[in-house]
Amino acid sequence: MLELKNISFTLDSDKEPVTILKDVSLNLEDNKFYVITGPNGGGKSTLAKIIMGIYQPTAGKIILDGKDITELPINERAKLGIGFAFQQPPRFKGITVRELLKLARGEQKGSGCNHLYDVGLCPKDYADREVNASLSGGELKRIEIATLLNRDLNVAIFDEPEAGIDLWSFSRLTETFKEMNNKNKSTMVIISHQERILEMADEIILVSEGEIQEIGEKNEMLSQILSKCNCDMACPERGEENVKCY
Amino acid sequence: MLNAIDKEMLEAIADIHDVPIGAYNIRKNGEGVSKKSTANIEIRPKEGKPGIDVIVKPGTKGESIHIPVIITETGMNDLVYNTFDIGEGADVLIVAGCGIHNPGNNKSQHDGIHNFIVRKGARLHYIEKHYGAGTGEGGRVLNPKTILEIEEDGYAELDMVQIKGVDSTKRYTEAKIHKNGHLLVSERLLTHGKQYAETEMIIDLVGENATTQVISRSVAQDNSKQIFYPRVIGKAKSRGHVQCDAIIMNNAVVRSIPEIDARHADAQLVHEAAIGKIAGEQIIKLMTLGLSEEEAEERILQGFLK
Repeated sequence: MLELKNISFTLDSDKEPVTILKDVSLNLEDNKFYVITGPNGGGKSTLAKIIMGIYQPTAGKIILDGKDITELPINERAKLGIGFAFQQPPRFKGITVRELLKLARGEQKGSGCNHLYDVGLCPKDYADREVNASLSGGELKRIEIATLLNRDLNVAIFDEPEAGIDLWSFSRLTETFKEMNNKNKSTMVIISHQERILEMADEIILVSEGEIQEIGEKNEMLSQILSKCNCDMACPERGEENVKCY
Repeated sequence: MLNAIDKEMLEAIADIHDVPIGAYNIRKNGEGVSKKSTANIEIRPKEGKPGIDVIVKPGTKGESIHIPVIITETGMNDLVYNTFDIGEGADVLIVAGCGIHNPGNNKSQHDGIHNFIVRKGARLHYIEKHYGAGTGEGGRVLNPKTILEIEEDGYAELDMVQIKGVDSTKRYTEAKIHKNGHLLVSERLLTHGKQYAETEMIIDLVGENATTQVISRSVAQDNSKQIFYPRVIGKAKSRGHVQCDAIIMNNAVVRSIPEIDARHADAQLVHEAAIGKIAGEQIIKLMTLGLSEEEAEERILQGFLK
C-alpha cells in the first residue's frame, strides 16, 4: 500500500510562495485502479511527481508498504517498483526504442520490444528507430507507455496517457491498462479526463485547488462528475455565470 | 614487435587486436614498422617525405586498408604525409587513427596530412579515431589535415572520432566535390579537463548536383574548449547541409560558427547549430527507470556520441 500523509508542496516565487498542494492525505491500496481527475492546474501532476520523487514535498510523508520513502531519490523509488509515464516524454538523440525499452527492463531478460504491440506499434518498424524528433508526439507517448509495461511495477503512474493518442488506438490502450492491472497486480494511478478511462477506475479521486475534493467509488463519482457542477465559483470575466467544471 | 601498450592503442583506434586483414601499414614512433600490400592495393613509402602512397586499383571492391599510427614515446613530434588514390569504380574501407600513449612530461605530437583522390564512380569509407592515454604530464597533440578531391559520381564518407585523452587538436578538412559527387562527414568529439579542440572544414561544391552533409556532435566537459568552423561553398547547382550539435557541461566553452556560402542561384545550403546542456527531463526519465543520476548522464552522452 502507498500512503501519502499530509503532503504539502509550496513553490517559492518572486512575489509570494505559491501553494500547489495543501495537506493531501491518501491511501492507495494494492492492485486497485485509481483515476485522478480534476481541472487543469489543480495539482494532479504535482501529486504524481511527488510519488515518483521528481518533486520533494515541503511537508508530509510518503510510505510504501510500511517503509518511509519520502527522502528516497527517484531511482531508488524506481527500484522499489514505482513507475511514471510522463505527460510529455523527453526525446533522446542516439538512443533507439529498443535500447530505451531494454533500460526499462533492467535485469530482466529480452528486449521487451513485444510490448510495442500492446501500444499499437509494430516492433519491426519501431525497435531500431531513435527516440528523437523523427517520432511524432503520439508515437512518443506510446513508447513511453511501453517503457512502463516493460517493468514489474508495484505502482504504475500515468500522467494523461491518452493525450495525443488517436481514437483508433484508444481501445487498445484501455485493454492494456486493464491487463497490466490484472496480470501484474500493479496499483494503477492514472491522471485522466477521459470518460472511458474514468469508467475503468475502482476509485476516482477528484483533485482541484491543491486538495482532494472528493474520493469515492467509480459509479457514484462518475454520475456526480458527469451530471453536475461541483464547484460553484463564479468566473470573474463572466460575471455571475457559473463555470461548468466537474 | 608489438607490446601490450601498442596492442591496447591499436584496439582503441582501429578495433584490431593484432595484424589486420587486408592491406595495412603500422607506424610507430615516427617509423613504419610493418606493412603489407595486396593484389589490388599497393602501399609504398613516399619519396622525399615521411609517409606512404596507397594506390587502390580501379574496380577493387570490398577490401580494407588499415593505417594506424601509435606513439608511445614522450617528446615525439611525428609529421606524416599520406596520399590515397582510389581508382575508378573501387569501393574500399580505410581505417586510420592515431593513439598517443605519452608516459613522460614532454609533448608528443602527430600531424597527419592525408590527401585523397576519389576517382570517377569510386566509393570510400574512411574511419579515423583518435585516442590518448598515459600518465605523464606531457601533452598529447593531434593535428590531422584531410584533403579530398571527389571526382564525378564519387562518394566519400568520413567518420572522425575523438573521445577523451587528446589534449589539443586542430583538425582541418578540405574537399572539392565534382558532378554528382557526395561527401558525408560525421564527426564525434568529447573533450574534458583543459583540452582544446578546433575543427575547420571547407567544402567546395563545384560540380552540378554535388552534395554534402556534415554532422558534428560533440560534448565539452570540465574546462575544455571547442571551436567549429564548418564552411560549405556552393559554386554550382548543388546541395549542402551542416548540422552541429553540442552538449556543454561544467565550465566548458563551445563556439560554433557555421558558414554557408552560395555562389550559384541553384545552390541549396542549410546550416543548423545548437549548443545546450543535457535536458533535466532526460536525466529524470532515465532515473525513473532505475538509473542513478551519473549513470543517466553517461547513457545520454553515450547515445549522443554514438
